[in-house]
Amino acid sequence: MTRYTSATPDDRAEMLAAIGVESTADLFAQIPEPLRLGRPLALPAGMSEAEVYERLAALAARNADCEEQVCFLGAGMYDHYVPAIVDAITQRSEFLTPYTPYQPEISQGGLQAMFEFQTAMSELTALPVSNAGLYEGPSSVASAAYLALGASKGRRRIVVSRGVHPHSRETLATYSQGFGAEVEEVGLDGGVTDAAALARAVDGETAAVFLQSPNFLGAIEDVEALGGAAEEHGALLIVAVDPMTLGVLRPPGEQGADIALGEGQPLGNRLDFGGPSFGFFCGSEELIRKMPGRIAGETDDADGRRGFVLTLQTREQHIRREKATHNICTAQALNALAATIHLAWLGREGFRELGELLVRRTAYARERLAAAPGVELLYEAPVAREFALRLDAPVDRVLDRCAERGIAAGYPLGREYPEYEDGLLVAITERRTKAQIDDFAEVLGAAISAEMVAAS
Amino acid sequence: MMSAREREQSTRAELVETIFEKSKPGRRAAVLPPAEVPEPPLDELIPADLLRAEPPRLPEVAEPEIVRHYNRLSRRNFDLDTGFYPLGSCTMKHNPRLNERVAALPGHARLHPAQDPKRAQGALELMWLLQESLAEICGLPHVSLQPSAGSHGELAGLLLTRAFHADRGEARTKVLAPDTSHGTNPASVTMAGYEIVKVATDERGGVEMDDLRAKVDDEVACLMLTNPNTLGLFDENIAEMAALIHAVGGTLYYDGANLNAVMGQSRPGDMGFDIVHVNLHKSFSQPHGGGGPGAGPIAVSERIEPFLPRPQVVRRESGNGSGPSYDLDHERPRSIGRLRGFQGNFGVFVRSYAYILSLGADGLAEASETAVLNANYLKARLAEGRAGKYTPVAFDRHCMHEFVLSGKPMKRDLGIATLDLAKRLLDFGFHPPTVYFPLLVEEALMIEPTETETKESLDAFADAIEQILTEAETEPEKAKNAPYTTPVRRLDEVKATRKPVVRQPLG
Repeated sequence: MTRYTSATPDDRAEMLAAIGVESTADLFAQIPEPLRLGRPLALPAGMSEAEVYERLAALAARNADCEEQVCFLGAGMYDHYVPAIVDAITQRSEFLTPYTPYQPEISQGGLQAMFEFQTAMSELTALPVSNAGLYEGPSSVASAAYLALGASKGRRRIVVSRGVHPHSRETLATYSQGFGAEVEEVGLDGGVTDAAALARAVDGETAAVFLQSPNFLGAIEDVEALGGAAEEHGALLIVAVDPMTLGVLRPPGEQGADIALGEGQPLGNRLDFGGPSFGFFCGSEELIRKMPGRIAGETDDADGRRGFVLTLQTREQHIRREKATHNICTAQALNALAATIHLAWLGREGFRELGELLVRRTAYARERLAAAPGVELLYEAPVAREFALRLDAPVDRVLDRCAERGIAAGYPLGREYPEYEDGLLVAITERRTKAQIDDFAEVLGAAISAEMVAAS
Repeated sequence: MMSAREREQSTRAELVETIFEKSKPGRRAAVLPPAEVPEPPLDELIPADLLRAEPPRLPEVAEPEIVRHYNRLSRRNFDLDTGFYPLGSCTMKHNPRLNERVAALPGHARLHPAQDPKRAQGALELMWLLQESLAEICGLPHVSLQPSAGSHGELAGLLLTRAFHADRGEARTKVLAPDTSHGTNPASVTMAGYEIVKVATDERGGVEMDDLRAKVDDEVACLMLTNPNTLGLFDENIAEMAALIHAVGGTLYYDGANLNAVMGQSRPGDMGFDIVHVNLHKSFSQPHGGGGPGAGPIAVSERIEPFLPRPQVVRRESGNGSGPSYDLDHERPRSIGRLRGFQGNFGVFVRSYAYILSLGADGLAEASETAVLNANYLKARLAEGRAGKYTPVAFDRHCMHEFVLSGKPMKRDLGIATLDLAKRLLDFGFHPPTVYFPLLVEEALMIEPTETETKESLDAFADAIEQILTEAETEPEKAKNAPYTTPVRRLDEVKATRKPVVRQPLG
């Protein structure tokens, strides 16, 4: 008996007698003898709760988290403040421990929360239909390509801006090995998608055009202008967005997007070294029966009372099997709930104010950091909450020097953008104070100067 | 004064308001930090045509009402912490709160995913230790933690299979799977660009070997199986199946949804599987969260390893006595590439590793043993009395961690369907089993009690089934119109589908 099981020796004896066997070995006899392990697993013995806590706390202590360092890292996930009520509500047993709401009569809480989530995401993106969430951002991009190929009836080409998150582009490439998309990438010019190159790349065989705004480098794209190429050739316009900017930036639904999607982490979800978070996926009415993932819908019960169910399930794998619109089953319901609570907490005014705060602090930080010695802007285009710099010293060494001063200075662009080997991506949240930004400017300048001295 | 029942009903009436309907202009919860920096008009920073004219119509509600709204909503959910949840194939086992506590430590919860690996050594070591633990449990040498759920692991496995064949200059077209397989299997096969070929089930509930032999040829890329299968039965022909598939150069994929039956008892790698996904939200106690998050790591054999997703967590020995270090290896030239952003659902890894540490080698083996004992005991209890008569077990032999009943005689003799029985169970305070799956069993009820449940819970469930069937002998309408005690009664799913209302209309 472990602390998570209850069968006493007496229970076992009674149960075995009821089954009509001598021991549980008789039950495992259906496994052919050569396939039985016949030895204990080569794992440590079980530990007490206190010991497990200490072991994991010791591992956690070896990570430089955002309480230990001042964090200017972004690249798709951001150190926002998650209000206390998010934890309090998502840790309630009634939200934490049920399965997917297949029995709607006893799952109204979760289903209504999904309906509210869908409403909120639909409002943010200004598109009429939202699903209840997917795994996370980059796989949502790949899933949209699968939808686009299916919807286009025979087109195989996908055109994607190099401003789309490198993880999204790489995930799209991985998935494409399976469903057979040909992916063409369009480069950047002045920090934003090269409009002329995009127009040349899109043709009558193109199923979808993928943009991201703000793009990976932080620049705001003119989605409406770029999307003209997609519209002209009958391709879907699919736009990845940072949901936290949608209180101030023009929403994709007003810029001609057919699908808006993205990484949901900034809304109510902690960093967690990359997950779990959630992906959101919103679209036009025509796409509702082709969408991936769960969708909650409103209906009535037998007594005429308002209720919610999982709807349009004939899209899904458990009903349609090989003809399903997607293979997704377990997704990220609890993370979507966290987002819903965070958005309710921010509210209409708070959400807009937070967006404005991000834009202004980011503008301040951009100017302040660009004024540091050995630093210049990588591009001039407008930004919302993240921007890219060029450094006059090796980025990894500058990062190390900043880390020694307690600052996670940003995301080095070199691995994924060899053309910006000297590039550093810097993100701002409401947690980054003016004092921290000022201090960062000083530390960054000093680090670069020190590196230049060391190199000379 | 209101009676308890009236109070309950008035609460319900109030509850069907959404948070958007509780909104009133001027109310708010959040107070933001001051800007501290110059505050020019926004259109001096961003061109006006890229700015939003009106903010999204999010609800305007103060914090106390937000808390009440979601607490009240929560009470309209049934959950594992409250009662028995024998949902077949879903492994609704206890979710230890210790795991939530350690996942919430700032060193985990506030660790940025792009942190330099030098400064995330604890997280990478935890991932490496979890990889090693899962490799041992699965009997396969290499693990990628990247897939986000079981279905994502399946897609990964099929893309690995594709890469494996392509590397040998082959482009195969077919994937075999039994007709009892989970719906995710054929859906994943289609997404991976393969054609699904179904294999029949024999009279003992295993793969029909003659059918399999007839369908195995050099166009077969992969055979996908669960073992024990979705009938809860261990397929004793697995070694022969593996030999058949390997003889034509195919791979064997193990859907780990049923791994909770065999931890420390038998290992997929030893059965001949090349690729296994593990649902951390099933066997390894990650809470299901009302539909996620989960995680679906994959364990693979040597020949599949070169193709694993990148980045991969690696351990490097220092050579100077200072102990090993951990890193993310992005340089994997034959890799299928990324399946998602960053490193995977790390918060889930923390919980599952805490669970593995808590149970240890013996505890994991005992968890599976108890899960199998509980399933067989409940199967024996349900072979008695009316359940034995109206809902007989579909394949009558010892099961592993779950078993499947058929409600066919119940429907014929009492006129109530499996759905009715499931809905009536709600009035008795139980979550129903998985219903109408697997597809080859008519009126199927798939029951997985897990090791979590006490003998008393199992007895109470068996007694409830007996009581419902007894009631149905004289009053079948009772079940047909059930449930009665739940926050809402049966919902009109046809209406929801015909004219979908999937968001709150806002004025």
